[in-house]
Amino acid sequence: MAYLDNNTNTLCSFSVFVCFSERRRGQLAALSIAAVVIIVGVPLWWRTTETYRAWLPVSQINELAKLQLQLSTDVEVVFARGTVTPEQQKKVPLTQTQDDEHTVDEDTVLRYRYETRYRTATVMEEDALNQLTAAEADLSLHTLSESPCGSLVVYVIPESSSLLPQDVEVYIGQRRTALLRIGAQMRVGRTIEQLLAHLEPRLKQVLQVMSFSHTDITAALSDRVRLSPDNRESKADSMRAFKSSPGYEITFSLLNPDPKSHRLHWDIEGAVQTYIQPLITKLAPVANFSIDSQTLYYAMLGVNPRFDGSRNAYTLNTDSLAHVINPVEARLGSNAASSNPVLNFLLYVPDVHRSPLYIQDYKKQEVPSNAFHSPRWGGIMVYNVNSFYGPDAVFPVDINIDMAKVMGVFLAQLRLLLGVQPSSSPPGFLVEPCGSTGLADWELDRLMWSRSVENIATAATTITSLAQLLDQIGNIVINDNIAQQVSSAVTSLQLAVAELEAGNLGFALQYSKEAILASERAFFDPSLLHLLYFPDDQKFAIYIPLFLPMCVPILLSLLKIVSEARQKRREKQAKKD
Amino acid sequence: MAGRRCSSSVLLLILWSLSVFIVVSSQETTPTGGHHEVAADNPQTTTETEQQTAEQPAVEEREWKATEVEKATLGDAETDKQATSAPGSVTPSSVPRPKDDFQEELVIRPLHSGDIYASFQFRTLWETDFMKGNKVSHYRLFPKSLGQVISKFSVRELHISFTQGYWRTMQWGQPFLPSPPGAELWVWFQDTVTDVDGMWKELTNVLSGIFCASLNFIDSTNTVQPSASFKPLGIGNVTDHRFLRYATLPREIVCTENLTPWKKLLPCGSKAGLAILLKSEKLFHSSFHSQAVHIRPVCQDQDCKTTSWELRQTLNVIFDLHTSGQGKREWSLFKMFSRTLTEACPLASSSKVYIDITDDPQGDQFELTPATPLLSQAVVMGDRRTFSVYDLTQQITFGTMRSLNLLIRWKSSEGHMLRPLLHAERYVAGYGLQTGEIHTLMYNNHPYRSFPVLLLDSVPWYLRLYIHTLTVTSKGKENTPSYIHYQPSKDRVRPHLLEMLVQLPPNSVTEVTVQFERALLKWTEYTPDPNHGFYVGSSVISSLVPSIVAMDTNSSQERPLFSNFFPCKEESSYFVRIYTEPLLVNLPTPDFSMPYNVICLTCTVVAVGYGSLYNLLTRSFQIEEPSPGLAKRIANIIRKMRGVPPL
Repeated sequence: MAYLDNNTNTLCSFSVFVCFSERRRGQLAALSIAAVVIIVGVPLWWRTTETYRAWLPVSQINELAKLQLQLSTDVEVVFARGTVTPEQQKKVPLTQTQDDEHTVDEDTVLRYRYETRYRTATVMEEDALNQLTAAEADLSLHTLSESPCGSLVVYVIPESSSLLPQDVEVYIGQRRTALLRIGAQMRVGRTIEQLLAHLEPRLKQVLQVMSFSHTDITAALSDRVRLSPDNRESKADSMRAFKSSPGYEITFSLLNPDPKSHRLHWDIEGAVQTYIQPLITKLAPVANFSIDSQTLYYAMLGVNPRFDGSRNAYTLNTDSLAHVINPVEARLGSNAASSNPVLNFLLYVPDVHRSPLYIQDYKKQEVPSNAFHSPRWGGIMVYNVNSFYGPDAVFPVDINIDMAKVMGVFLAQLRLLLGVQPSSSPPGFLVEPCGSTGLADWELDRLMWSRSVENIATAATTITSLAQLLDQIGNIVINDNIAQQVSSAVTSLQLAVAELEAGNLGFALQYSKEAILASERAFFDPSLLHLLYFPDDQKFAIYIPLFLPMCVPILLSLLKIVSEARQKRREKQAKKD
Repeated sequence: MAGRRCSSSVLLLILWSLSVFIVVSSQETTPTGGHHEVAADNPQTTTETEQQTAEQPAVEEREWKATEVEKATLGDAETDKQATSAPGSVTPSSVPRPKDDFQEELVIRPLHSGDIYASFQFRTLWETDFMKGNKVSHYRLFPKSLGQVISKFSVRELHISFTQGYWRTMQWGQPFLPSPPGAELWVWFQDTVTDVDGMWKELTNVLSGIFCASLNFIDSTNTVQPSASFKPLGIGNVTDHRFLRYATLPREIVCTENLTPWKKLLPCGSKAGLAILLKSEKLFHSSFHSQAVHIRPVCQDQDCKTTSWELRQTLNVIFDLHTSGQGKREWSLFKMFSRTLTEACPLASSSKVYIDITDDPQGDQFELTPATPLLSQAVVMGDRRTFSVYDLTQQITFGTMRSLNLLIRWKSSEGHMLRPLLHAERYVAGYGLQTGEIHTLMYNNHPYRSFPVLLLDSVPWYLRLYIHTLTVTSKGKENTPSYIHYQPSKDRVRPHLLEMLVQLPPNSVTEVTVQFERALLKWTEYTPDPNHGFYVGSSVISSLVPSIVAMDTNSSQERPLFSNFFPCKEESSYFVRIYTEPLLVNLPTPDFSMPYNVICLTCTVVAVGYGSLYNLLTRSFQIEEPSPGLAKRIANIIRKMRGVPPL
């Protein structure tokens, strides 16, 4: 029996020993499996299921979100003979820099820097200034030296000069030059400081007209900056012009609602060559233009004009104009070959039974040009032909359209729609009418200033909102192509800002256009949409059947190991005690 | 121990079922929940789109301002111009001859089946050149949108057709312009184009916008480059098929949204001329409707020194008036189109209505009112036909009613139609979802002449053709094609292209069979209604068919004997292109909840395997006291009761 007992005891102790080592092995196995799962499994799963997100220059984009623009322009003030005495001449400072800072809102700061250089006129310039009229002087000064894009030259001429009419103090030419007549009280005996102080306000006005003005620039930023209600007017102005775009399609449409009676002929090809092409060529740095034309038959206006018995004519009221183009627009057709904005110019020839047709303004007055324009859309001109034939004419009548009249209207509308503002000049200013090109050099400069700022602001907004979007939705795949577009947009933006600061207007516009193109391409890339709507809860619903059965035993055995270890320690403590 | 194991496995099971339940419920709730989350997740996108569409309100609340023209802006340019051109006036002498020309035409043919075939053709001819790099930008009669497409994509020739219904050749004879059901597009590009595929992709997208059709579904998997079947129809001798692309969409459904943009291309729109008949509710209430646009360069004159561009818009429609007219066989323009003709399009140089009266030479078959003295004869499709002509440019056509409502009343329903010399049909044979066989039957009904036909088949990649099983038999004998061009498919890249030249013996049926295997698609590649089946586009059969006029060798007609000895008479053969039916093939369609089931099942299997392995690895095993058997235990209890020591 004792033997038996002994035997069972040894067996038991053996089994306890085996039991213990077995248990130890099991714990180790559980721990190592948990380790493998955590060290290999989880990273593997993470790596294989994560979406590819290329690196984006986030910090640079955040810098761009705070737009700090500095616009620099070079102004050269040239004193003609008789405006400064030799002593004064010696004291003339060579250069003077003037900074002007405006905080538009918390994210946008504008700084204008005018670098003014003073010098006296050269002999050649003196000769040029001795011409008979201001226009000739302007032309010969232009031939002497061509000032670069964005800069200005102001010639200060003596009061006695015969170039300008009596009441005109400032003359603005077709190029980048202005003539400024010195005031009568400045004749002699004043110091150079007084002279400059006298010139200062006038110079500022010249700059406002010929270069950028604060209202223009804030108008260009209207997308970015919420305007206060008091400058509604400037907002309306800024909304009239088309938004900046690398290209525009100009479409001239001849609407002939009555081909049975009128057989219309318009020499659109020649007219475009004569009137539109010079302007387009001049605007080439700003955008590309393509021109085409079409004739639409049986195109009706959306409203029935009212018959006015007193004038024996039909009239269209201003408030009904809004309904005019809707039925026509369906037939205009968008451009199939490009996605640039389209500027529509419609020439409407009313049918026999509804002519003549006149447009009335708010004051019930006939509009002399018989044309109207719609902001960011185009213009319509009504062309009455009833005076070209008598009551006994045999239909259809052949009618040649006077393109000079038509194109005059369309050219004016085109200038408005492109944002060439007819800036109101202060009193005492004489602005030379622009010539055959339809656009003076300084007008182009003004346009380029505001377009550069607008482009930079738009591209910066696009890029920052794209970055925010990508930051918020982690599911979006960012492939290398998009990352490259974004970085090129950021680089172009930085270059554009730098060029603007350096005063190189042409380059600034060029870079800003590149920036806007790249940013739009990145923003509208279709690959950004792929995984947008793959919510997280669905993803985990798919993983749960795998994860739950795998993790629960691991967790349970880990818990068990921990509790056993704790118990053992307690036992040990108890034994020690 | 065992009990614990048991309980832990029960726990696992509960957790497992719970997890499944969670999964199912979360899956059910995700459509709404997920959506909300997404909406809440990206306010930035919404604001951004707002920013992008910020112009929209601006457009709506447009400000209308009278244009003030500063005379100054005109400057000297105006005065320059004023000197050269006289102000607008009626100057008929100086009016330049327009460089473009528009014609419209309607052909109506009463068919033997009692149906009416009406075919509209509108043709715009423009003396211009899109090919020589100079930019064409001033349009008059030619539609601007198509002109821009031609010049941007360097298109030489463009043919596009949208068809609803299948043309029944055996009942209706040959159409003037054949087209397959659905949409068909074939384009010849100019030989200066380097990236033809890129151009083709962009072109289809632009055209789908112009015609409101799903042409954007044309991609490399349904585009082929036929080597022989589609030759340029205009001038030019580039026949390198690298510049040709051909695609069909047999699934395309044609409706009013395609008709409206098509009508917009006409100079008069649907406001005047023959186009006022094109009312969609009548046109689409028909047995067959097909509209097409063909653009090609043509010769300007006989010398062909300069080219013109021809835009031909056609619309063919078959009205089934016999059934809708309560058995009375009569029709009128008003009955067909619910309109009558009142004027020609003022821009058209010719505007005519032709009625085919060939079958009624003596006027005893049917009666046509108002009668017209104008008759015209033409050889159409190898057959000499007689037409009554109504010239809409003449005021007299409209009579005192100032409207033209043509009316035909049948007197007898006799007469037979000549069987078309060539027709074809196609079907899928076989059973099950693994393999099948395509049969194409081509009928040559000519009594004694055999002629060759070109057969073109474009089969999508998911039907894998076994090209070694291709057999061509006619009259029970094998008929070896003299030319075979076969381009095998590549999965998800390009379709099969099979072209062959087969000689059809006289009065015979030639059968082309080829076996195929149905491929399994990826689950995202199925259409939303996969059990409807997948379409395979029509086969195209192009041939020069001997003319019926030439078939008549019995010289009993009142013709001089010297004129008709040799059978080759005027237009001894004519070109015919016929399309077979499109096929509808069922592919093996999976249960689309399968992916999730598979995930669950696999995960379960993995979890079970993993669980047992895990248990094996982590459990400690020990010897348990063997528990005494049931009999022994009972015996022990009894012994205990008896007070005897247990066993």
